[in-house]
Amino acid sequence: MTAQYVPQLINLCATVILLLSFAMISQRRIVSLINLFTLQGLALVIASVLLGYATHQNELYVSAALTLVLKVVLIPWLLHTVIRRLNVRWDVETLINIPTTMLVGIALVIFSFSLALPVSQLSKSIAGGSLGIALACVLLSFLMMITRSKAVPQVIGFLSIENGLIFAATTVTNGMPMIVEIGVALDVLVGVLILGVFLFQIREQFDSLDIRHLESLKED
Amino acid sequence: MSLLGLFSQLMAILAALLLAPLLSGWVNQWRARLQNKSAPGLLQPYRVLRKLFHKESVLAEQASMLFRLVPYVSFGCMVLACAIVPTLSTDLPLSPAADAMALVGLFALARVFVSLAAMDVGTAFGGLGARRDMLVGFLAEPALLMVLFCASMISKSTSLTTIVETLAHRELAIYPSLLVAGVAFTMVSLAENARVPVDNPETHLELTMIHEALILEYSGRHLALLEWAASLKLFAYSCIGLALFFPWGVAEADAPLALIMALPVLVIKLAIGGVLLALVETLSAKMRIFRVPEFLATAFLLAVIGLLVNILLGVG
Repeated sequence: MTAQYVPQLINLCATVILLLSFAMISQRRIVSLINLFTLQGLALVIASVLLGYATHQNELYVSAALTLVLKVVLIPWLLHTVIRRLNVRWDVETLINIPTTMLVGIALVIFSFSLALPVSQLSKSIAGGSLGIALACVLLSFLMMITRSKAVPQVIGFLSIENGLIFAATTVTNGMPMIVEIGVALDVLVGVLILGVFLFQIREQFDSLDIRHLESLKED
Repeated sequence: MSLLGLFSQLMAILAALLLAPLLSGWVNQWRARLQNKSAPGLLQPYRVLRKLFHKESVLAEQASMLFRLVPYVSFGCMVLACAIVPTLSTDLPLSPAADAMALVGLFALARVFVSLAAMDVGTAFGGLGARRDMLVGFLAEPALLMVLFCASMISKSTSLTTIVETLAHRELAIYPSLLVAGVAFTMVSLAENARVPVDNPETHLELTMIHEALILEYSGRHLALLEWAASLKLFAYSCIGLALFFPWGVAEADAPLALIMALPVLVIKLAIGGVLLALVETLSAKMRIFRVPEFLATAFLLAVIGLLVNILLGVG
């Protein structure tokens, strides 16, 4: 592999991540949502490895390995276990209909691209152009958290935001300091564990994972 | 217009006319095989065409001139579409006549005429099929245009030959925007060619058929021409896909020898594409007609994202 193709491949990974974000927005089924999240993590790992190869930073390999273990293996496995236990594998849920959500999504993409275009020109990183895509991913995941009424897709949206942030940090600044990275990774893991416990508690209290039940303060 | 250009143009049209039924047969064969059925012969579409050409053409009593004219219009549109898509060579004298936008217009022209003919005889199925087909068509068209614009933005031209020349004969570069556009194009071509997630090409079930409902009233040579036009459309779409996303192996203007090589390359690419199409059709379930707008809106949005990514990341 010659060096000139590496930035192009990183851009390709960025586009795949954006594509997967859109797929997650338009996906109704929770099992497919988790699979898409796994794929997004995998694309992130590939992007980190490529960037590490291009910039000769060994830290990025460690970061990629951390992402691989956490986001591609451990967290999807945890989520699969949770939804199997809660028996919500095929839950179909929509708060706003999907086409409207996607239209809002495209507006977000245009917004973040136009915001990032001048900023990314200041970046000296070889993949600085991907900042817009990373920003779009973060906003799209926000959108997903807002438009979903069930708890599990919200957790996945939260994790996907984290994917977008890590991707932004990796591409624009060639990676955060190792200690921050490990800290974030542990945070996410603990977050998922706590949220998993929460899911079981919500389920026990309300017999449903619909978070609209949480809006009323008292039982009446 | 050079003699060689004329020759390659004729070759392209001949190849399209002869290979299109073969491609349909190939896809049908693989579909049957993947579904554990005994497959029809590879040459079955030719046999069907021959049978239909030998049969008498029965017309409805109320059928107007339009009804008789439409098979020829549709067939002509598809032949012209196949002629301007660079399949074997980019040296096509007919190509300046129509660019990417006119190509989309050609497909639309054929669609409008077939829909008019379906409504002409006044059967219930005809009107139903025509309405459904227009529903699919008016959503698929903008998506197809956006996909073609993605490629146009890279090559700075809407002429299909220039697009293929730019994409095929420059230094290899990875275009992320073309990846997104490729996904969108796959979705559009499934819808436009009445393939499984949108329509089943083999069904005659009243509730679901779209394309078959349109041509239900036709028989004999008219039906043969329409069937041939349908397979030419599949061929044209496959070739547009190959030209935009896998353009290697298409001969240049000043390379007569490459023209000989181009044919086997095209056949191999089409064969692989046909197997993939059969695989997609086998793996996906047909969706409700009211899900189709959502499906095509997704394709359109993906193509728009392709354009945006192209602006953000620049060329290469």
